[in-house]
Amino acid sequence: MDENRYLTIIKPRSGWFDLNLRELVRYKDLIFLFVKRNFVSMYKQTILGPAWAVIQPLLTTVVFSLVFGSIAGLAADGVPSFIFYLTANVIWAYFSSCLTTTSNTFIANSSILGKVYFPRLVMPISTVLSKLIDFAIQYAFMVIFVIYFWLTDSGVHPNWFILMTPVLLLQLAMLSLGVGVIISAATTKYRDLRMLVSFGVQLWMYGTPVAYDMFSIAGFAPGGKYYGIIMCNPVTPIVNMFRYAYLGIGSIDWFYYGISWIVTLVVLFLGIVLFSRVEKTFMDTV
Amino acid sequence: MAYPMIEIDNISKEYRLGAIGGTTLTAELQTKIAKLRGKEDPNSKIGARQHEKNERFLALDGVSFTVQPGEAVGIIGHNGAGKSTLLKLISRVTAPSSGEIRLRGRVASMLEVGTGFHPELTGRENVYMNGAILGMTKAEIDRKFDQIVEFAEMEKFIDTPVKRYSSGMYVKLAFSVAAHLDSEIMIMDEVLAVGDAKFQSKCLSKMSDEAHNSGKTILYVSHNMGTIQRLCDRCIVLDHGKLIFDGNVDEAIGLYLRHGGGEGNCVDMSAFERNQWVTKSIQMTQMNLVGKNNCVYLQDSDLIFDLFWKTSADAVIRDLVLRCTFYHQSGAVAAFTTVGLGNSGPNEEHYNQVIISLSGIVPGSYYLTFDMNEVNADGSDVWNDSCEQVTTISIEKNQQQKAEVHSDHSSMIPWKHSVYGSVRLYSSIIKERREKI
Repeated sequence: MDENRYLTIIKPRSGWFDLNLRELVRYKDLIFLFVKRNFVSMYKQTILGPAWAVIQPLLTTVVFSLVFGSIAGLAADGVPSFIFYLTANVIWAYFSSCLTTTSNTFIANSSILGKVYFPRLVMPISTVLSKLIDFAIQYAFMVIFVIYFWLTDSGVHPNWFILMTPVLLLQLAMLSLGVGVIISAATTKYRDLRMLVSFGVQLWMYGTPVAYDMFSIAGFAPGGKYYGIIMCNPVTPIVNMFRYAYLGIGSIDWFYYGISWIVTLVVLFLGIVLFSRVEKTFMDTV
Repeated sequence: MAYPMIEIDNISKEYRLGAIGGTTLTAELQTKIAKLRGKEDPNSKIGARQHEKNERFLALDGVSFTVQPGEAVGIIGHNGAGKSTLLKLISRVTAPSSGEIRLRGRVASMLEVGTGFHPELTGRENVYMNGAILGMTKAEIDRKFDQIVEFAEMEKFIDTPVKRYSSGMYVKLAFSVAAHLDSEIMIMDEVLAVGDAKFQSKCLSKMSDEAHNSGKTILYVSHNMGTIQRLCDRCIVLDHGKLIFDGNVDEAIGLYLRHGGGEGNCVDMSAFERNQWVTKSIQMTQMNLVGKNNCVYLQDSDLIFDLFWKTSADAVIRDLVLRCTFYHQSGAVAAFTTVGLGNSGPNEEHYNQVIISLSGIVPGSYYLTFDMNEVNADGSDVWNDSCEQVTTISIEKNQQQKAEVHSDHSSMIPWKHSVYGSVRLYSSIIKERREKI
């Protein structure tokens, strides 16, 4: 028998990057169980159950349609304002819920993490996956409305870019995981960042064309003064492409979409490096 | 010779005292900027000297030992001795500050009962959850599921959310999951304390079986010396982060008990902590063992001690009784006796010399508890004062005596306290008949 089959050497923290991906694969069952736990425990003992997943973006969309669409009179590029806000809200809700939950990983789970070892990345990864279930429900809800508006000929033109949806989701998952993990690594020591997250996400949303149509605001439209700035926000090209795919409005800028991917990859890499540095000893400081 | 299962090599774990993690980002920035500009740190306390701010605390200090496969090792020590820190390091919850640990097996750690149990999920879901957290795959849990449920005696409740469980049921299920893991190393921290006696005993048998028949390696931390004695073949004593003993279980427990509570032949009892129910009308102040400069007594000798006590300003004491309880080091009561001390009025100081015959008590380590009680006419009693673990005495075999009765080999059998108790009744043959048939 191989005496060293399960040899584990525990040493003081060292090096910047000692991520053990093989181990993460070994714990894949745990990831799925966490996903299931998160989902089941969220809706147990509620009357509406998973329908709650729909209610939140629905209400936000109604509020946006009223405030920005009807009262402020912002144009929605020729489509009904309801479907205009709904598409962006659904995809933004996925991003923001992933971000806020992963950024709280260490603190919210310190009771488990302080008692037993498993690869710490299991937690944020399972968060990102379990939010996908909520997204699927909201997405199905959205698709029904897209089809309705498409059939009633209300200026909605779904196109082949719909096939990009999984890619867009993957990118959002990676980006939110990266940002969330950076924040969670920092919050083990500085609790301030936790306060920052909730309104930071709010601000980020207004920096992303969720509640308005950037193409009908002169400064933000292509060629406008602030176009470059708003497109540097890595979420903007994603939201734009998502809207383009389902509603056929706006345009796709491949240059900024490429930049968005680069930012995503860099952030994710940085996040994982920081995370692997903190995970060994965070229990002493959390 | 097989490789050791666990090698712990000069492990230390250091914690910084004071503000750990409690700082805010702005405070840290202020400190950094002040340092850069060569100014005083605005966040240091006024008058605090520099080295006090960075005071360090070694929870573990250069601990080394190895454990062979199939060994069950107990770890004992007083609160703060570093037991839990050691287990945390081995189960990789946190990293050591220096040193190295080599493990040659998968670790199932139970530092807490039911880690990851989610109250909303059913027992069944939690078994999978907990198993996966402890490192099992779903297929493994599938295979073991029936065994786990059967061991925990939970067939009826397995589909009930665990928030409806009693704490005992919780422990049973959680322990059962951990005990059925296919791991080579099992780490247990005081987890059996919650279950009932029957289940505790079942768990101990299971663990002992896993260690001795399946070759699992067990590290077990407990303050319950009885379970340590039952399960472990070897015992490690930690004190203030240092390993002070590694070896025989009985010796380790003796050492541990001497390190706590009262010790020595002159004990000042006025500082002892009292239970709440004590009326405080009497305070025992001092106990001196007479004619001794250690606490070692020969078998069948007499224990003589001076007892000093005083009464409070409003005390009227009638029929006072001193109760002396001898506990064996495992925590079991070994022997008991009472001494009548009569009546006394308020504000009195008393001195008594008491003699107790130790005849019949078998060699071993015992600790003493003194209680002062008033006994009412109806037989009920009042607790005037009570001091636990006043001192620990060691009773040793009388070599001379053994020589005298060398023909009687019945006194030679090794005494097992957990089986035989602590008192050996005197017995001899008074009639005998022998016939050929």
